Amino acid sequence: MGNLSSLAKGESGEGAHIAAENLACVRGEKLLFRALNFACEAGSGLHVTGANGTGKSSLMRLLAGLLRPYAGAVHMTGSLALSDERLALDTHWTLENALGFWAQVDGADKAKITAALEAVDMPDLADVPVRYFSTGQRKRAALARVLVSGADIWLLDEPANGLDAASVERLGALMQAHLDGGGIIIAASHQPLPLAHPIQLPLEDFQP
Amino acid sequence: MMKLFGILVWRDLSHAYGFGGRGGTRRGGFILPVIFFLAVATIYPFAVGSDAQLLARTGSGVIWVAALLAAILPLDRLVQPDVEHGFFDQWAVRGFSEEWIMLAKIVAHWFSFGPPLMLATIIAAGLLGLDAAQLRTVETGLALGTPGLAALGVMIAALTAGLKGGSALGGLMLLPLAVPMLIFGAGSVLPGGENGLLLLAAASLVLVAIAPFAAGAAIRALRE
Repeated sequence: MGNLSSLAKGESGEGAHIAAENLACVRGEKLLFRALNFACEAGSGLHVTGANGTGKSSLMRLLAGLLRPYAGAVHMTGSLALSDERLALDTHWTLENALGFWAQVDGADKAKITAALEAVDMPDLADVPVRYFSTGQRKRAALARVLVSGADIWLLDEPANGLDAASVERLGALMQAHLDGGGIIIAASHQPLPLAHPIQLPLEDFQP
Repeated sequence: MMKLFGILVWRDLSHAYGFGGRGGTRRGGFILPVIFFLAVATIYPFAVGSDAQLLARTGSGVIWVAALLAAILPLDRLVQPDVEHGFFDQWAVRGFSEEWIMLAKIVAHWFSFGPPLMLATIIAAGLLGLDAAQLRTVETGLALGTPGLAALGVMIAALTAGLKGGSALGGLMLLPLAVPMLIFGAGSVLPGGENGLLLLAAASLVLVAIAPFAAGAAIRALRE
């Protein structure tokens, strides 16, 4: 046991770094990718592309430490935030309270929740229980959770799925602001990312 | 560390009791097992008749059986929703150990299950005609035994979290594992059975000690 308290965050972006070294992933006895290498320094955005089933989500889970790599290793400094297809918000609580739980866990104050709600354009939904949200609203709520965490490295799985045009634009601005502040973004998406110059990482290149 | 532990306990308690201004309990909260427990105590005299002596002699055993069955009801809300909605992944990303999370869940589950059941036992004892000494022994036994039942519940909820229809299987798994507690708990009320309380406390302690590790390992195995 132990390690419950390893929440301490460096100042956002100071020396954040994440790298994959010779990474290979096997799911269901199928080798998805191998010999995958990349390195991200503070301020860089990585766009993981690939068709369905090429292992985009598995790569995200590997980087988040939720899966063990079949071979290779992930090296990183800085704190992580993950947003995948699961919302991780208490659906019968209001958005503000559901985010409040993670704010408590991550040691963020109430002002940070308000700021995050403003950033994803949901202040008027703060009192609405999460279960009533539409697909796009859920995606934005998950983004708000990432914002509240104040983490250096964002792992976003299909961040633009279900978002309308205005929300995609807002997502782009938020991602750019995070990079400009010295953060790192690794996003898996089969759509173009609303970012100016992301580094492309097509998983097809690493298929066996 | 203790602060985080407290936050996790508080969250599970607000799911069970719906307090903290957050509104809404999850899947029946604390009240459902209590009502079920009282319902069993209520229908038992209908089944065996109103022989006061018989009721008093068997009443404490019925209370223990009812408590055990009531412990099955909240199994499906303990772990599975948090797995399904990605909470465990989020905690893992933040580096919390699954063992601490499970210990927090056991503590919260006990608070939402043990004390309400012990309060309801006072009513059940009245329905079944238990005398004061019997009630005292049953309450002591429940105080010693419910932490073990809570630990067992969380452990089995974690083991069945990845299965469709896991709660039905969970009930089947819980009952045989809880039999020692039932024997020592119900046995302690019989004449000369006082030492049953010590064995009950020992069984409870063993469960509380191993459950966080078993449940934590179950959650990690689910990710692979």
